[in-house]
Amino acid sequence: MTNATEQKNLKVIVFQLADKEYAIPVSHVKGIEKLMHITRVPKTERYVKGVINLRGVVTPVIDLRERFDLPVSGNEETTRIIIITLETMEVGFIVDSANDVLDIDASSIGQQPEVVGSLEEDFIAGVAKLENRLLILLHLDKVLNPID
Amino acid sequence: MELNQYLEMFIEESKEHLQACSEHLLELEKNPEDLTIVGEIFRSAHTLKGMAATMGFEDLADLTHKMENILDAIRNSKIKVNAEILDVVFESVDHLEEMVFDIADGGDGKHDVQATVEKLKRIEAGEPATAASEPMPGQEVAAAMVVNESEQPAEAPELKLSYDDFEKTVILQSSEQEFNAYEITVALREDCLLKAARVFMVFEILEKNGDVIKSTPTVDKLEEEQFDSVFHVAFISKEPAEDLQKMLMKVSEVDRVVVNKIERDVFVTKTAAIEVPAEEVQPQPAIQETVTAVSEEQPKKAASAKNNNSKSGHASSKTIRVNIERLDILMNLFEELAIDRGRLLSIAGDVNHGELNETVERMSRTMGDLQNIVLTMRMVPVDTVFNRFPKMVRQLSRDLNKKIELKIVGAETELDRTVIDEIGDPLVHLIRNSVDHGIESPEVRRAKGKPEEGTVELRAYHSGNYVFIEIEDDGAGINRDKVLAKALSKGIVTHEQSLTMTDKQINELIMASGFSTADVISDVSGRGVGLDVVKTTIESLGGNISIESTQNVGSVFSIQLPLTLSIISVMLVEIEQEIYAIPLSSIIETSIIRHSDILNAHNQKVIDFRGKVVPLVFLEEIFEVPRAEQKNDGFHSVVIVRKGDKLAGLVVDSFIGQQEIVLKSLGNYLTNIFAISGATILGNGKVALIVDCNALMK
Repeated sequence: MTNATEQKNLKVIVFQLADKEYAIPVSHVKGIEKLMHITRVPKTERYVKGVINLRGVVTPVIDLRERFDLPVSGNEETTRIIIITLETMEVGFIVDSANDVLDIDASSIGQQPEVVGSLEEDFIAGVAKLENRLLILLHLDKVLNPID
Repeated sequence: MELNQYLEMFIEESKEHLQACSEHLLELEKNPEDLTIVGEIFRSAHTLKGMAATMGFEDLADLTHKMENILDAIRNSKIKVNAEILDVVFESVDHLEEMVFDIADGGDGKHDVQATVEKLKRIEAGEPATAASEPMPGQEVAAAMVVNESEQPAEAPELKLSYDDFEKTVILQSSEQEFNAYEITVALREDCLLKAARVFMVFEILEKNGDVIKSTPTVDKLEEEQFDSVFHVAFISKEPAEDLQKMLMKVSEVDRVVVNKIERDVFVTKTAAIEVPAEEVQPQPAIQETVTAVSEEQPKKAASAKNNNSKSGHASSKTIRVNIERLDILMNLFEELAIDRGRLLSIAGDVNHGELNETVERMSRTMGDLQNIVLTMRMVPVDTVFNRFPKMVRQLSRDLNKKIELKIVGAETELDRTVIDEIGDPLVHLIRNSVDHGIESPEVRRAKGKPEEGTVELRAYHSGNYVFIEIEDDGAGINRDKVLAKALSKGIVTHEQSLTMTDKQINELIMASGFSTADVISDVSGRGVGLDVVKTTIESLGGNISIESTQNVGSVFSIQLPLTLSIISVMLVEIEQEIYAIPLSSIIETSIIRHSDILNAHNQKVIDFRGKVVPLVFLEEIFEVPRAEQKNDGFHSVVIVRKGDKLAGLVVDSFIGQQEIVLKSLGNYLTNIFAISGATILGNGKVALIVDCNALMK
């Protein structure tokens, strides 16, 4: 692989949340886990589901549906926890399903169209159009920072 | 050369060498005549210099070099050790330490040491001609001797060993029995790898051919490789000097062997040499022609070997440095294994297969041992903290004009690395306090009929799951009345309280927050400079501190610390489906109370617990535990916890039991969760939260 293609392409993990597809750069993803026992942590934000034992490391888990104010759904067979590392943080995201690993052409990433749900837009770094799919690229810093 | 990868190693080793320097300097101060100690310091300094130069820290290397010159002069008896010289050397070591710490903090290790360098130079130059005329301070004895031989062949060689009366008698008698007494100097090659082995071979040859009377350094030291490259042996044999010399040269890696005959008259009187009987004159040429089966450059080489003594002189340490993060990872992996073991055990129980059961049981035992090892790997002797105190006390006692002896007991006691890192500062504080406020000046001590020299004893020992560190001084003790008066005036205690306080409670007032302010340092006879900070730090480590003191007799500060911070004993409790861990250190006891025992005081539910009114905290409310249905069987399980002298009763659904757990943090995302101090992983793989009892009590 040459440098040119590396710069042009962005490898992402694609996951499903409600009826949309989202993407996170693979470099921030440490792993994808099946749903496991979550210990509730009292007096935290509503979307913090609690902590899990990730091979000996206590890792907090966020329900992305609740984080984005999407309707809460029951846990399905496909529900996954995507483990994200960001700087010194390690956090799990609960998503409906983890679908794909894709290479996105950097040129296909554009600004978020203004009309899409206004509540989410803070978390969105951009949108990538892939043939007939629309991937929403997440702004991880914003997702992990508390809402002001 | 890419040096960054070595930087950490360099810093660690430099610290070790400097520590060794400090320790040996203190020792030297007590035994100024013992030149082997100087040798030790020299060795450390020399290695440090070499490392610093390699790493490109010129200032560091330069100052070390200047210090080394002084040490070398001392070692070669050109300068006599005195307090002034030691002060300057101590000062140099301090500077070197600062430089190393600067480098550790990412600095360049530059430091203004002009004043110290001047002092070092003055000491070096302030010596009589011998020091000045000597071109190279490290000039080896052997080199001087070769000159001696060639220029004055007729004179008996000077003895390099000193002998006591017994040894002299042996040598004199041996010559009467037609034995020859020799003084043999063996120089090993500077690149010799197994010095102890060579020494052994040399001694083996010698012992086949005669008797070794004495060696310098001593045989023990030689076996431990505690010498540079040259050693001397006094030896009695019938063999001629030349043969001995040849035999010894057969040992590989021996650079040079010098065999000198010891003439009996050396002991009698030197001038008597002329009157030596004829038969004894005979062997003399043999002595002088001797020996040096060596080419001309050799003496020089030997000299440089001596200067380059370096690392090989150290007994090799059988430890390895491991990044603590790796140990944490190991610990996590181990826990995973432990959890799987639990599952395996229960599966084996269900299957009930003989061989499987046996295997699983054996595995459990092995894992038990493994667990011990993993945990003890994090343990470090408390010496790593204690070792800085002798120098500190020395400096303090000089600054304050007091005479103080610091005794250290139990420095080998081991503590978890994380505790070690935290405990240093509180100890510095307490020792300063003992030295500053505890120990009286020599005049006062004399007036009180105490010895002028005060004693501060620092000791550490294990007891149960705790380590105790105690600082005891034989100083003035705490003035109860003054402390009480101060506490009353500051409003820390009320007059009523003060009437019922025990002496111990009063002593401990000096650690109450708000007790000490800068202006009390001098006017309260006792102590109390920010001791509340010490108390807080120790309590944050899960330990506690207490004080015993008798006026005019002394004080003991006793610190109790958990063996490790990563493992604590907890009481597991259940609320609905959730399991919480309450640290045993805050629990006083558990009890079951009737619903009807609960009283209402204002809006607070309380119980009467042994005559005390104790407020109740319903954990299910605090932690907002979702409840399927209200349970009410008329009883409540209560854990009585304490913070200082305040009590509270935590109401839970049921007790599960006591357990040792491994403390885990909640990570960087969830910080400052109310009343939760961390988490742990239970045997079933689930996470349980640890209750922070202190946060539940105001």
